[in-house]
Formats: sequence, structure tokens, C-alpha cells
Amino acid sequence: MNIFTMVGIFRRILLLRTPLRHLRPHRTLSFAARLSPVDLNAICCSSGQFVASTRKLHVGTDGPKSPPAAGAPERLPFSRVTEEDLAFFRKILPGRTITDPDLVESSNVDWLKSMKDFFSPAGSSEVLLRPQKTEEVSQIIRYCNSRNLAVNPQGGNTGLVGGSVPVYDEIILSTSLMNNILSFDSISGILTCQAGCVLENLSLYLEERDYIMPLDLGAKGSCQIGGNVATNAGGLRLLRYGSLHGTVLGLEVVLADGQVLDCLASLRKDNTGYDLKQLFIGSEGTLGVITAVSILCPRKPKSVNVVFLGCETYEQLLKAFQLCRGMLGEILSAFEFLDSECMRLLNTHLKLPNPISDCPFYIVIETSGSDPKHDAEKLHNFLEEAMASSLVSDGTVATEESKIKALWSMRERVTEALTHDGFTYKYDISLPLEQIYQLVIDMRQHLGGRAKSVVGYGHVGDGNLHLNITSSTKDPALLAAIEPFVYEWTASCRGSISAEHGLGLKKRNYIYYSKPSQAVGLMGNIKAMLDPKGILNPYKTLPDDVK
Amino acid sequence: MSGRVLVGVKRVIDYAVKIRVKPDNSGVVTDGVKHSMNPFCEIAVEEAVKLKEKKLIKEVVAVSCGPQQSQETIRTALAMGADRGIHVEVTGKDYENLGPLQVSKILAALAKKEDAQLVILGKQAIDDDCNQTGQMTAALLDWPQGTFASEVALEADKIKVVREIDGGLETIKVNTPAVLTADLRLNTPRYATLPNIMKAKKKKIANVKPADLGVDLTSRLEVLRVEEPPQRQAGVKVETVDDLVGKLKEAGRI
Repeated sequence: MNIFTMVGIFRRILLLRTPLRHLRPHRTLSFAARLSPVDLNAICCSSGQFVASTRKLHVGTDGPKSPPAAGAPERLPFSRVTEEDLAFFRKILPGRTITDPDLVESSNVDWLKSMKDFFSPAGSSEVLLRPQKTEEVSQIIRYCNSRNLAVNPQGGNTGLVGGSVPVYDEIILSTSLMNNILSFDSISGILTCQAGCVLENLSLYLEERDYIMPLDLGAKGSCQIGGNVATNAGGLRLLRYGSLHGTVLGLEVVLADGQVLDCLASLRKDNTGYDLKQLFIGSEGTLGVITAVSILCPRKPKSVNVVFLGCETYEQLLKAFQLCRGMLGEILSAFEFLDSECMRLLNTHLKLPNPISDCPFYIVIETSGSDPKHDAEKLHNFLEEAMASSLVSDGTVATEESKIKALWSMRERVTEALTHDGFTYKYDISLPLEQIYQLVIDMRQHLGGRAKSVVGYGHVGDGNLHLNITSSTKDPALLAAIEPFVYEWTASCRGSISAEHGLGLKKRNYIYYSKPSQAVGLMGNIKAMLDPKGILNPYKTLPDDVK
Repeated sequence: MSGRVLVGVKRVIDYAVKIRVKPDNSGVVTDGVKHSMNPFCEIAVEEAVKLKEKKLIKEVVAVSCGPQQSQETIRTALAMGADRGIHVEVTGKDYENLGPLQVSKILAALAKKEDAQLVILGKQAIDDDCNQTGQMTAALLDWPQGTFASEVALEADKIKVVREIDGGLETIKVNTPAVLTADLRLNTPRYATLPNIMKAKKKKIANVKPADLGVDLTSRLEVLRVEEPPQRQAGVKVETVDDLVGKLKEAGRI
């Protein structure tokens, strides 16, 4: 047995030792009796941090109480849609109450087209509603609450965890027609708009006025700001501008009983009472339907540079990050990475050539600033230093718009390339920086030849890994090998099993790997208070045992 | 033969940028707008560097005509592999009136001065779409021309050029020295790698004035007015086929 297998087993044992009394007997491993925590201290992970973090595990999360249930939960006893209901909707939304199966179909299927594989029958909603105003949303929700009809709020439907599509026959409430910009203050940079505005459209609007959105993601052409806020989307600029918890200044939310909660103040500072909007940011449509957003936007940078670098080892990549932070400082706006497997997929499936020579790791660095000369000089110094100290073995720089887009697409289109490689198992993990690539290495070792490709990429600057595994077809044996290995590995480093994608339907029961049961219990109380009938986006985000 | 290739590179507004017409309709807004090397000039530089890598030619000289900022464009060519640059300084009103006739006179003078074996240009610039400089340069030098090249092969003292024409592809052979203009499919320009970008900072860019080359920059053209194309009118949605037929009849289309 080599060190990696031993470490893998020890991690699983440590997890089991604490909640052992909660588990069913068949989960006990014979090793447990022979090992003590003291022995584990003697085992080193490749970085040495493992030892310290596993000891804390006893104090922190309990791990899951029982093996998490895969697949979908049973249908809850909501009412079914009747002709009277449809008549009511048609009166409120003439011409915008869709029941034609062909038209409703696309809203029943998620972007990855994976929910039909996840369980069956999947997504069989028969009603798609398209309000244009907050008042219409309020009337719909009030009615659905009184009739005990389940509602699935839907924005751009680009979510990756099955949170945006119905599980059964929930009514789909689309914000697509709520796409008006309400106001923009060019002095403060505060934008107020309806929840259905597409992110890219907002970016284009702001760019004409010398501002940009504080977030940017690959899905920008389709995703809507309401959905971004509901999922607390991260993206490529989080390193520089922070998360939506900081940049969203106000929200207008329709609550489960139809009340319109107006917290849409556009003030930079407002310490009057509890900050309610924070509850809804990241609530994935389960606490209220976001209908309008006011957000603080940064100035458009006058000078943007993108650098594409190649590194030989992950350690060098981390050192390059430290150097970057030190020498580029305040102009650094993104630090992303992808591995050589990602490059192989981009070359093969999308015919995108490697801008530089083949290396084990690639970094995409973006700088944004107000003075091209100042930024160019800082960048030049950083690149000289990086090359002189051999942290970087190759690279290229882009200042021109078209070249910048081309270099960014190397990182942004990895998700697309993966869909061409086969059935994809996606994991979005937050880990301590030093551990990020170790998970990819361990996973490759663990799976052996069972998987087609195992790739790692992501927002390394934020400690966020996108681990993706592909197989030629859906493979339950492969899934059993991946899970719960990946979640236990993550929990052992006190990481997050969903860094930015959220829990949706697919990951709802894994919440215990990253949050203690006391916290989850409190979440359940808040849900019960705000949505007693549980009609808003049921079956999602919170685990089945909290309902 | 000197084995020297002259490559013309033009600084134009980046193709990804949205163009705006000046309020007085005298031209387009260039102040503060992102500029970059004309994409066809990039292809020309790439071809020249490739020839050097194949050891078929000895030196690549990048030339640009314009104000101070044209030097950035020359630096990009140097980072791609050109050996040295020549910046022909043209500013102010002269720069505004600079067109293919003036540039071809400059290039012809430089080709003679530098004893160039080959002049490679992009087929056209994306700002004026003139597609004239290459042809005029060849005429002034009385050299043969291989335009819209999608393939170039050096054979002894001749060059085989495959040209993209309306009917398909045409293969011709020209004597050297010659002028070639690059079309889209000639090659895919390389990304300038870091080591080359660093090296490029040390390569020389010579400064030359048009008067030194004996070139008269007077233009025979005067721009009267620049306008945006007419705004696209919104379409009209109809509910039935009968409505469609009715509307088409109304518009006098059927």
C-alpha cells in the first residue's frame, strides 16, 4: 500500500470515529479498532497541513448523520394545477401563461441536461409563468400560497446543481421578462434593475457609461442578476471586487405569502436594524423571490492586461501567486488556473490551440487599473522576476481586446469542452490553497482507469477548485467511487463541498460535510418562519431530514 | 540577394471595439479608444517570421507610419520575431490624410533604401478597407505582386503564391524581388511569448521622417463627411400568415 492509499483510508476512518454511534453497523471498517488518533499524527500528507486540520474535525462538523440519500425525494403533498388555477394565471398574465409542452420543456431541463439522468421522472412542470412586474409576482405567489401550489423561481437556468428546474410539477416562475434597468447613478456607480436582466446586457450598459459589473462568469450571456444574487454567484472577479454579500446594496423580494419586501435602498452605508437582504443572497430561491436588485458597480478600468503563464509544478504556481500579490498588488483582478488535462480537452474538443508551450499547469492573470503605463511597468517587473526565478516556464501577454478575449476563453470554455468529453461529474470545492491540487491527484489515484478524464481548474486565487470527472456514459460504479470520497476528503480539510455553485437539488444532503447540524437546524427554523407551507423552490438547498 | 524582408504594420482601432462617429461627422472617435495591429498585418508578420525560421530569409524589418503610438505596434511585431523596426513619423493633419498612396510611396522608398528582397503587407486595413497599398507599392517599385496570398513558397529565385480569388484558388509564380499581401488563411499569427516580449524591448526602432525619404505626403483625396450606417429598424411581429401577406402587400413587396 502506498502513502496515498493509506492517507485516504485514514481520512475516512477519522470521519467515522466521531459519528460512529450515528452510523449503521455495515459502515464500520475493521481498521478503526487498530488505529488511534496518535498514530495519525505520524502520517504526513504531502503538505503537512493535513495533520493539524484533521484534529480539528472532532470539534467542528459532525459529518453526515447517515449516508446521504442520492436521487430525488418523494413528492410532497402540494396541490396540483387545475383549470381554475390556469384561468387565474391567464387573467394576471395574459399571453404570458405558457402551457404548451414544447415551450415549457426547455425550462424543465437544466443547462447540463443532467437532471433527467439524475432521477426520473424529472422536471415535469406543465406551467411556465412570465411576469413583467413585481406586482404580478406578488399576486402569483399569494395565490399559490393560498392554494398550496409549489413554485420554482427561474432566472437564466444556468445553475449546475439542479436548483433552477422543477423536481416534479412545480410551477416555473421565470423572471426573463423582468429585464428593465430602473436607474443608474453615474457618480456613485449604483445600478438598480429588475431581477431578470441578463448579466452581459448589464455589463454592456455599464461599459458605455464607464463602469463594469462587480461580477463576471462564463454564463454571462444567459444568467440573470436575480439568479446570480439568489445563488451568491462568485465568478472571475471575486478576487478583486468581493462577493455579492458586499456589493449588493439592496433587494426587493416577494415573500412566500405574496408580501413585497422593499429593501431596495441604494445606500452605501445603512446600519438600521438587521440586514435582511443578506438572508436572501445565496438562499437559492427558497426564502423569497428576488424581483429587483441594487448593486454597487466599480469604474471600468482604463487598462486591462491578461497574462497566460505556464508552470511546472503546483508549488511554483502558489509561489507565483504570492509574487503576484506582492508585485501587482492592487491592480490584480483575477488569478485562475487550469491543468494540462483541461488544455488537452480544449485542444481536442474545441480546437483551441495552446497559446504557449505545453506545461503541467497554466495560470490566467488579469490586471485592471486606471493608468496603462503604471500597470504595464508593474506587470513587466513581475514577469521579469517570475521568469528570472524560474517560477514560470513560458507565457504570453495580451493588451488588445481581441487577444484578451482569446486568452480568457482558454479558461472560460473548459466547462464547455468537458460537455463534449462525455458524462461529467462536477465538484466545486473550497480548500486551503496548498491542498487544492492534492485532491485532483488523490482522485486520479483513487479512480485509476475507471474515469475517462479527471481535470482540475478554477479560481485558485479564492481557494476554489472545480474538480471534474468524465466518463463515456453515466456510470453508477464510478459515482460510488467518487462519492463520498470527494466529500470526506473535503471535510477532512474543513473545506466547503460547494464553494460557489450552491446546493440546489444535487448537493442538498451533503451540507453536513461543511456545516454543523446545529447550523442546519437553525436554517430550517428560518425557512419555516419565512415559508411555512414550503412552497418556494421545494426539495432544494436544505437537506431532506430538515423538512 | 540581401535576404531582407520588409513588413508593413498598421495601427488601427481594435476590431472588438464599438466604433463611434464624431459629432461633427468629420471622422471616427480615436481618442482613448483601444488600438492594436491590423489583423492582416499580424498575418504578414507571422509569415515573415516563419520564413526566417525556415532560414529562407535573413532579416525581418517591421515598418509603421504614424504618430508616437505606432511604436507600440512595431514593438508587437518585434515581440513576434521581427529583428528591428522603422518608425516613419507622421503626425497631425498629415496623419489624418495619410492613405495608401502616401504609404506606398514611403514603403517603396524604404524597400530601395533597405535593399529588401520581399515586401509583405496585409491585404487591407480594417479601418479603411482600401486594399490598395500593396498593389500601389508594387507598381511604384515596378515589382511583381502576389496579392490575397493564402500560401507562399520560396523556390530558388521565384516565389509560388496561391491566391484566393472569387472563383477559388489561383496559383502563380513571381520573380523576386516582389510584393506580397496576406489573406486570412495564410497562417495563424503566434502569441508573443514572454521571453520574446522581454527581448523585444531591447530591439532597435529607427526613427525616420517622410521628407528624409523624399516623399510628398499631399493627399489627392478630401474626406467630406463620415456617417453611421442607417439604424436598423425594428421588425414587426404578425400573428397569422394572412397578416404577413397583408403587410407584405402594404409594403409593395408582393
